[in-house]
Amino acid sequence: MLQQIEGSAAVAQAVAACRPEVIAAYPITPQTHIVEGLGDMVKRGLVGNCQFLNVESEFGAMSVCIGSSATGARTYTATSSQGMLFMMEAVYNASGMGLPIVMTVGNRAIGTPINIWNDWSDSMAARDAAWIQLFVEDNQQAADVHVQAFRLAEAASLPVMVCMDGFILTHAYTRVDVPEQAVVDRFLPAFEPRQVLDPAAPITMGAMVGPEAFAEVRFLAHYKQLEALDLIPRHAVEFEALFGRDSGGLLKSFDAEEKSTVVVSMGSVIGTLKSVLADMRQDGTSIGLLSIRSYRPFPKQKLNDALANAKRVIVFEKCLAVGMGGILAADVRMALTNLAVPVYSVIGGLGGRPITQENLRRMLDKGVHDQLEEPHFHDLNVEVVHRELERLRDIQRPGPSAESILRDIAGAEANARSSR
Amino acid sequence: MFQIRIHGRGGQGVVTAAEMLSIAAFDEGKHAQAIPSFGSERMGAPVVAYVRIDDDPIELTEPVLRPDLLIIQDPTLFHAVDVFSGLSDDGFLLINTARGLPELRIDEALARLPEHHVYTVAATELAVRHLGRATPNTALLGAFTALSGILQLDSVIKAIHDKFSGDVAKSNVTVARAAHDAVQAA
Repeated sequence: MLQQIEGSAAVAQAVAACRPEVIAAYPITPQTHIVEGLGDMVKRGLVGNCQFLNVESEFGAMSVCIGSSATGARTYTATSSQGMLFMMEAVYNASGMGLPIVMTVGNRAIGTPINIWNDWSDSMAARDAAWIQLFVEDNQQAADVHVQAFRLAEAASLPVMVCMDGFILTHAYTRVDVPEQAVVDRFLPAFEPRQVLDPAAPITMGAMVGPEAFAEVRFLAHYKQLEALDLIPRHAVEFEALFGRDSGGLLKSFDAEEKSTVVVSMGSVIGTLKSVLADMRQDGTSIGLLSIRSYRPFPKQKLNDALANAKRVIVFEKCLAVGMGGILAADVRMALTNLAVPVYSVIGGLGGRPITQENLRRMLDKGVHDQLEEPHFHDLNVEVVHRELERLRDIQRPGPSAESILRDIAGAEANARSSR
Repeated sequence: MFQIRIHGRGGQGVVTAAEMLSIAAFDEGKHAQAIPSFGSERMGAPVVAYVRIDDDPIELTEPVLRPDLLIIQDPTLFHAVDVFSGLSDDGFLLINTARGLPELRIDEALARLPEHHVYTVAATELAVRHLGRATPNTALLGAFTALSGILQLDSVIKAIHDKFSGDVAKSNVTVARAAHDAVQAA
């Protein structure tokens, strides 16, 4: 039904329509409204015989999810930021055991310094945890992709993260056609587990494996995830046939094939990028856009097809591999077989820094003329950084940079106010 | 596209106001988006929320930087936050205050806005009288429908019923209506 609804509420309703049997979660900003919404629906008896378990921590949440999924129950959880870190050991276990758990990540920065706002540091910290990671651009996709995530998880017997930008999506009220129960039931068959803990037929899940077989088990994890490269687009086509919406898939090209410059990114910044690129095209710039929707598995072939005619690629991402640069940019470089194409790494939107049409345009105007340094830190306040570097050099015991930068910025703002 | 920025303080229902505006716009068949800009979530801290209303789907996710309308839920923010940032010279300004405009010491901003683009409403006083608490948001939404012609009062009333129920909804509707009538009479 078409509603004006908060992103978190839309996700909660979409997940409920998938008939989960166990939900175990611990609240953390900005994921909270999703699990509160589901808790409320379960309590009111709107989610069949679903059990909602209040647990003591994220580690507990994922551990419960592992247990319930292993007994053949359709299982869901959600987290963000430090919550993801706290459950990390169990996150690896879930994928290692091939348990089709679906988890929403309300993408948020990781401290220290503590920061509740959006970037992708949390799901990127779990990049190599062997979960499928799907990114969504808006709240319609957020609702739709959760329905596809359960189908995918159970078909591949792998856990799936649906990554949605915290606050920008989780807390935004927009128009969403929340997938209806009857249609979800046609798309999503009952869960037929590939393995079940059953006292009558004992098996070992998570057996110890020594050097003689560990490589083979890991290879199979890789192989299985690559198989999802076929499932994801197939499910998206079936979903579109039933729901009439193009949601999900491996990636989405917005005129990338014919343009000299192609911007590659993921998540909610795609909407703002579309608008900037439309302006640039009007001004005669040949520039296209590629939205990665399946980050893991990474759609190497599709990416090469879409970038076959590109003269340069600009990767915009909300995460940073400290000491190296862009994470998505590294993936794009590794995936591209045409090594002659320059791939620029642009890191922005960290810790919720607003990404605007204006600052994107400024960066892209440089980018299309090959004037971006490597990596490029988008919208970085260079003066503040220089002052802090000087301070660190000149003072014997400079103290924490986070605090001194805050003081510096507050002082600059006060000066600007008094001079107005 | 019509863009609104609401400035207030934690506890004044800034985010809820933005959400209700987007629901009211949706009820009129428009596309709308409400995005909050949370600071550290505590009572009294400055809070901003953004609303976009358009006939076409809205893809932008940036903050509202060039508002067509500013709603100021707390006039003490004029001298604490750069609330006028990006407001165009033919923008609208709606202020919650029981005092006269000269007392707000914002002459510079007022000078560049056209006549009949600046309105005040004693939203907190209305809220205290009818709701028993100082949440000026629904009064300001009622006032908004009288000054802009962008949304109808009835849609805002429906949105109030969407967010609240029972006596709370009823009192908020009374407040919105009273503020609407006050601005219309001004």
